[in-house]
Amino acid sequence: MSYEWFANFAQTWGLIGFMSLFGLVLFYALKPSNKKMFDEAARIPLEKD
Amino acid sequence: MAQQASITKTLTIGEGGTIISLIALAVASIIIAAKAWTPEYAFHAYLFAAASVASIFAVFNRYYARDAAPAPQEVDGKPNYNMGPVKFATLASVFWGIAGFTVGLIIALQLAYPALNFDLPWTNFGRLRPLHTSAVIFAFGGNVLLATSFYVVQRTCHARLAGDIAPWFVVLGYNFFIVIAGTGYLLGITQSKEYAEPEWYADLFLTVVWVAYLLVFLATIWKRKEPHIYVANWFYLAFIVTIALLHLGNNAAIPVSIYSSKSYIVWSGVQDAMVQWWYGHNAVGFFLTAGFLAIMYYFIPKRADRPVYSYRLSIVHFWALIFIYIWAGPHHLHYTALPDWAQTLGMVFSIVLWMPSWGGMINGLMTLQGAWDKLRTDPVLRMMVVSVAFYGMSTFEGPLMSIKSVNSLSHYTDWTIGHVHSGALGWVAYVSFGAIYCLVPWLWNRSRLYSLRLVNWHFWLSTLGIVLYISAMWVSGILQGLMWRAYTKLGFLEFSFIETSEAMHPFYVIRALGGALFVIGALIMAYNIWMTIRSPQIASEAQRPQLVPAE
Repeated sequence: MSYEWFANFAQTWGLIGFMSLFGLVLFYALKPSNKKMFDEAARIPLEKD
Repeated sequence: MAQQASITKTLTIGEGGTIISLIALAVASIIIAAKAWTPEYAFHAYLFAAASVASIFAVFNRYYARDAAPAPQEVDGKPNYNMGPVKFATLASVFWGIAGFTVGLIIALQLAYPALNFDLPWTNFGRLRPLHTSAVIFAFGGNVLLATSFYVVQRTCHARLAGDIAPWFVVLGYNFFIVIAGTGYLLGITQSKEYAEPEWYADLFLTVVWVAYLLVFLATIWKRKEPHIYVANWFYLAFIVTIALLHLGNNAAIPVSIYSSKSYIVWSGVQDAMVQWWYGHNAVGFFLTAGFLAIMYYFIPKRADRPVYSYRLSIVHFWALIFIYIWAGPHHLHYTALPDWAQTLGMVFSIVLWMPSWGGMINGLMTLQGAWDKLRTDPVLRMMVVSVAFYGMSTFEGPLMSIKSVNSLSHYTDWTIGHVHSGALGWVAYVSFGAIYCLVPWLWNRSRLYSLRLVNWHFWLSTLGIVLYISAMWVSGILQGLMWRAYTKLGFLEFSFIETSEAMHPFYVIRALGGALFVIGALIMAYNIWMTIRSPQIASEAQRPQLVPAE
């Protein structure tokens, strides 16, 4: 594995990989059907046990 | 009852394994102490031996005192939370906080009045400065993170902390590491890497403690009763995992001998510099930011009695911060031998960090929506909200300073010191104080703090201290930077170094005054906490109806 190969990989596939992962995160966070679950999760600290 | 009696009391595998490991450590430490090359290293080896022997006694004492059956996971259908290690870490954080702030005040006075170095090796600025930084970041901040993470993970997972000996090993082992690190600096043992000064043997020990910390935290999440993993736990987990990686990467050192405290790092030249600041900046990003954001996401909603403003934003905040922070380190190496593209990369990512940082700040502040009136009546909440405001301010200033042209003025000057302290005092310490003020009544079953008036005094004294500190450093830093780059008509440097030092003297005095106010505030907090714990009547007070403030 040469420096050039590694740098090229990082600048292409690495970039695409990270951006798609972040895209998945955005999809998960913004998906309307997850809203109810998130609203419940936001109240977790307020629960009394 | 009969069921309990049928269990015969034996050492658990954890207890037995701990005792055997500690015996081995004690024997090895004594051999190393006997053959150590320097008395300082021998002293540390003896400390390891003494701590191992004391811990063996502690494990046996605990064994004789405990019930035959292991501690139940639940009592009356409620989780049987393990708060002992949390209490210890909370008190340790107050102790180390005051120690660290006081050493900070001493070195601030040394800069203003150099005679205070006393011409002794142990008390000179060079040795006391890492003592100050490690004491406030790792001892004070670290214990706050241990205490709050063990508290929050239990409460938000509705599960007892995993492990029996392990949580105690994490808390006590971490504090023992602090003692080794701190005494080492005073005796001149250092590997000279900023914020990673402890030598190889302390680093190895910390690695074991940290792996135990990760396992306890993960195992507690694993047995959670609440299906959703609350966002604060994500932040804590990112903090624990990333610090483990950073610690291993930046401390890849080979000791000269097992009988010597001296080691050499495997990285060389500019690679070493880059690894150091990859470590250094992510210590800021994941220790001082992610860990304390976890505190923000639990303690502010809890104290304000309001849910997180936007849970969606908290998820995007988390992942954006994780994805971006890790690349920002090269901004510490502008105009050095580091390749130019790497410097630019560091700068660009530092500027992009504005977005997640401010997203997080907005999420923290807006959580008070519908509860803003509480700021008037609750100084603890006010402290935490001001901390988030300081977070916003210092995460605005940081990207600004990472821009190369700004950096050419600010780098190596006191502006950097001021920036670090607006983050450390304003953000980290304030959100920690808020968390400690919340935790103590909860942990010791008190209905309230001993005195909210004293919290108010703490708040205003230390706020004044921070303002004096950072404004003095802005003026001093920019003055210093401008004097360094001033040329005469003939092209000579206009000022000698000593002239710049003389010009900064008044600001050093103001800075020390600010530091003194901050120390006094922390002492007031310690008294308040002590009295809260020592006042049993606060526990017995019936839950009186809350007075509603006039709108």
